[in-house]
Amino acid sequence: MAKKSPVLAFAKELPQNIFAGFVVSLIALPLGLGLAIASDAPPLSGIIAAVAGGLVVALFGGSHVTIAGPGNGLVIVLLAAITTLGDGDLYQGYLFTLAAIILSGGLLFLFGVLRLGAMSEFFPASALQGMLAAIGIGILAKQFHVMLGLTSIPGGTVEQLMRIPDSFLLFLGLHPFAGALGMGSLIFLFLYSRIRNPYFHLIPAPMWVVVGSIGIGYYYTLVLNKAVPIDPELLIKIPDQLFSNLPSPNFEKLFDLNFIGVVFSITLIAVIESLLSIKAVDKLDPKKRRSNVNKDLRALGLASIVSGFLGGLNVVTVIARSSVNANNGGTNRSANFFHAAFLVLFVVLLGDQIQRIPLTALAAILVFTGYKLASPENLIRIYKIGPEQATIFLITLITTLFTSLIVGIAVGIVFTFIVHLFLRKSFFLFSLNIFKPNVLMYREEQSGNYYVSVKNFCSFLNFYRLKMKLDQIPESEHAIVDFSLCDFVDHTVMEGLHDYQRSFVRKNGVFETIGLDIHASETQHPFAVRKSLPINVLIGVQNALSNRQKNIEQLAQQLKWNYSPKINSEPKGIESFLFFESKVVNYSVNSLYNKTFTLFDLSFSEGAFITKEDLKATFLLFKSPTTLPVFVLDKEDFKSTLYQWAGFDDINFKKHPDFSKRFHLSGNDRTAIRALFHSDLIYFFESHPIFHIESNGTHLLIKGKDRLSSLNEIKIMLTFAKDLLNLLENTPNV
Amino acid sequence: MAFHPFKTLLFGFAFSPSLKANVYEASRLAMYFKASLIFVHVGKKTPKKEKVFQQLLEECPTQSDQIQTYWKEGDPVATLANACEEFDIDLLLLGALKRENVVKYYLGSIARKLTRQAPCSVLLMLNPSIERSPCKHVVVNGFDSPQTQDTVEAAFHVANALTSEKITLVEEISESRVAIAVNDDRSLRKATLRKQKIDRQEKLRVTDIVKKIPSKITEGLKYETQSIFGRRGYSIGHYARVVRADLLVMNAQEEQRFYHRFFPRDLEHILAELPTDVLIIHSKNHG
Repeated sequence: MAKKSPVLAFAKELPQNIFAGFVVSLIALPLGLGLAIASDAPPLSGIIAAVAGGLVVALFGGSHVTIAGPGNGLVIVLLAAITTLGDGDLYQGYLFTLAAIILSGGLLFLFGVLRLGAMSEFFPASALQGMLAAIGIGILAKQFHVMLGLTSIPGGTVEQLMRIPDSFLLFLGLHPFAGALGMGSLIFLFLYSRIRNPYFHLIPAPMWVVVGSIGIGYYYTLVLNKAVPIDPELLIKIPDQLFSNLPSPNFEKLFDLNFIGVVFSITLIAVIESLLSIKAVDKLDPKKRRSNVNKDLRALGLASIVSGFLGGLNVVTVIARSSVNANNGGTNRSANFFHAAFLVLFVVLLGDQIQRIPLTALAAILVFTGYKLASPENLIRIYKIGPEQATIFLITLITTLFTSLIVGIAVGIVFTFIVHLFLRKSFFLFSLNIFKPNVLMYREEQSGNYYVSVKNFCSFLNFYRLKMKLDQIPESEHAIVDFSLCDFVDHTVMEGLHDYQRSFVRKNGVFETIGLDIHASETQHPFAVRKSLPINVLIGVQNALSNRQKNIEQLAQQLKWNYSPKINSEPKGIESFLFFESKVVNYSVNSLYNKTFTLFDLSFSEGAFITKEDLKATFLLFKSPTTLPVFVLDKEDFKSTLYQWAGFDDINFKKHPDFSKRFHLSGNDRTAIRALFHSDLIYFFESHPIFHIESNGTHLLIKGKDRLSSLNEIKIMLTFAKDLLNLLENTPNV
Repeated sequence: MAFHPFKTLLFGFAFSPSLKANVYEASRLAMYFKASLIFVHVGKKTPKKEKVFQQLLEECPTQSDQIQTYWKEGDPVATLANACEEFDIDLLLLGALKRENVVKYYLGSIARKLTRQAPCSVLLMLNPSIERSPCKHVVVNGFDSPQTQDTVEAAFHVANALTSEKITLVEEISESRVAIAVNDDRSLRKATLRKQKIDRQEKLRVTDIVKKIPSKITEGLKYETQSIFGRRGYSIGHYARVVRADLLVMNAQEEQRFYHRFFPRDLEHILAELPTDVLIIHSKNHG
């Protein structure tokens, strides 16, 4: 197949990217204005950020369908910076903040150069959610008043929240029209997704709000010939000379502690918001590409510097706009570029119309954004994962509201760790192993699968190690992650693994986790924290099904078999096999069965007392249609000493040199075995994957690998057993 | 400098609950290696102790006339290290402690120091037992180091002596050799290709090592190779645990003449968390 010219492909996709860029600009315009106003910065600073982001990141970025611009998460930090740094003088504060934005852009760039993109992994998922929710509440608390036309409500977030009822009573007297417009916009935003008309959905909801409120304005001036009943204070103001009077950032406070704090807060939130967005957007990419996160960080840093010098806010990757881009056919970074270009066009050509946008309508958009960040559904979702996760979420949320973002997330991290200590009740598991490497990855020589084994514990503290290995596996391959040596796996890791699974599925690869089935979990949720427990505690405990268990359950439904995830401490019918002669069977779990076959995971021990070793493997047991001689069939290299002392020698067939070479067949009744292994059966074994197979006279036992088998391996085992049974049924009795 | 089979073994014993298992294991090993065995106890010789020990030896199912017992006094580490010199020992046997709670290290402090200071090869026995537990699977390092040849040869010798079934040569390859940071699809593809190339080179190198060993030693044994990209010294230990190897054979520290005081970095991870029995080969001693 000839390689398509990249230029040609780019040209071919250009129209759809221009379109996607246009649709994105429709939502970027109101958001850019709104986020800037919410930060108490000049309205255009948001647009400048979006334009700088669009141009710089399109040129130097490493992601494909992301859109860069002013971010929601930064509103709270920027607002605090502008109000505090200027000591009350908003414009002065804005100039100081610009300097902070430029410095944070430099830091962001440095992050990219130093490849610190993995840093976001050190934040526990629930704490991160709590912080984002706090940001959402912060935006909501302030903008709710603006939405009702009351722009100067003082106080912190909590105080502002308390004053919302007051404002409800007040606005009717002060700004009834503007307030009603704001409320109406908010209701519209909540209902937008209910409206199912596809053409209607071509224009994003925020743009409808803007267009609608401008339209109402024109209705008053053109049709009713009256002035708009909105206070001019509540309309957007844009300076007449757009490009002549650029603000100059003020670097005077360079060594002020407060200023340095602002720089770090901005950088922290910018990194977190960008990385979360990039990760999420990669799952929306129609071409299933993997973004170069560090390259993107560098570009975002550069864009922030440019934006800061032009008077704009800082630039991050934004999830909402990026998803609009992907949904509307954006395929490469040119869409980001066009979104910026359209924004410039809007501001230059429609400056007059933009000045007719009421602040209350923009505030409604922000209230909606804040609500989405802090949505109670988030808390419920997290509560379902585990009550302890909800506690982490709430503690982070409350701390952030009452102190600052940095303190909030720090408390969240510490509290998460304390929760882990409490859950695992062992400080040493964490303290002894935190700095040790704990992940082994290799490519299994025979199957070509990537096998990853994780030891000790795996939580947000050391997830980056596992990630580093997992990132090296092409998503089109088969990866098996084994946690059987791992005593504790936290929610952040479970969620991260789920992300990996999704990206593997997207690229037709297979991503399986094994060894988690007997880890106890607090809830039924697949992302719940898991810790290994002593066996006696486990029996009778019903756990949340792991993904592997769910897959087996699905397989059972598909085959119309039965599945039971219960732990059975006394599995029957297997002790008589030679394999268990020197082993102790602990329990069986995950049995998948019908009338003939039983497949199960088995935990058994070798040795006793000090040499005791617990093992797990998957077995398949079925009744033979005929009476069989006792035999053991295995790979030739596995001439187990165990069978040798039992007096079993290899039985070879002169007619079948390949079989004799590859298989080790042993049993007492040589004549019967030779009679049983006729040409067809031998050919069957030769042409199928090699398993350890035993007969105890009435039943056959097939053993998978020396570890638990993955779903695919289970399927192969089942087919193998069915074929074998068929063959045996057509064999004359011996 | 071909590998010389172990001719003289030394076991420093203490009167611990696992003494019986240790003595049985040591004499069994001596029998398998067809070597003479020297027991050394550092501490006061009392008639009672002597009697206990003598009785143990008499009960032991593997009897040999090549067993000697010495009672010495002094600092255990120095005394045992000197004894190794004195008796021209080829292999020092050390019992390791199984970790009961997480605080305890597998290796006692004496065993740890001896591992550092012994002038000969060292076998750390994790699970000495009264009954024989067969040694089926031997894992040996295939580092790119001049010592590896001897170590691999020793592994084949030992595997033969213990009638093992399988040897796996593990090449730990430092990630830095790939030298491509995985950022996106393109760099991932490049890195994967480069890894495959290194993998092939390493396989050739390791197979060459095995080919240099006299074929009468390698004949009866099945061997495999496995390349692992990861932290050197760490990956092989974790691997040995995953595949449930019965014996792990490792190089001793490199360039021991110059950095004698240095603890071998590669071994550090393994000694901190012994995955299974570990045999450390001092090749220079036999040079």
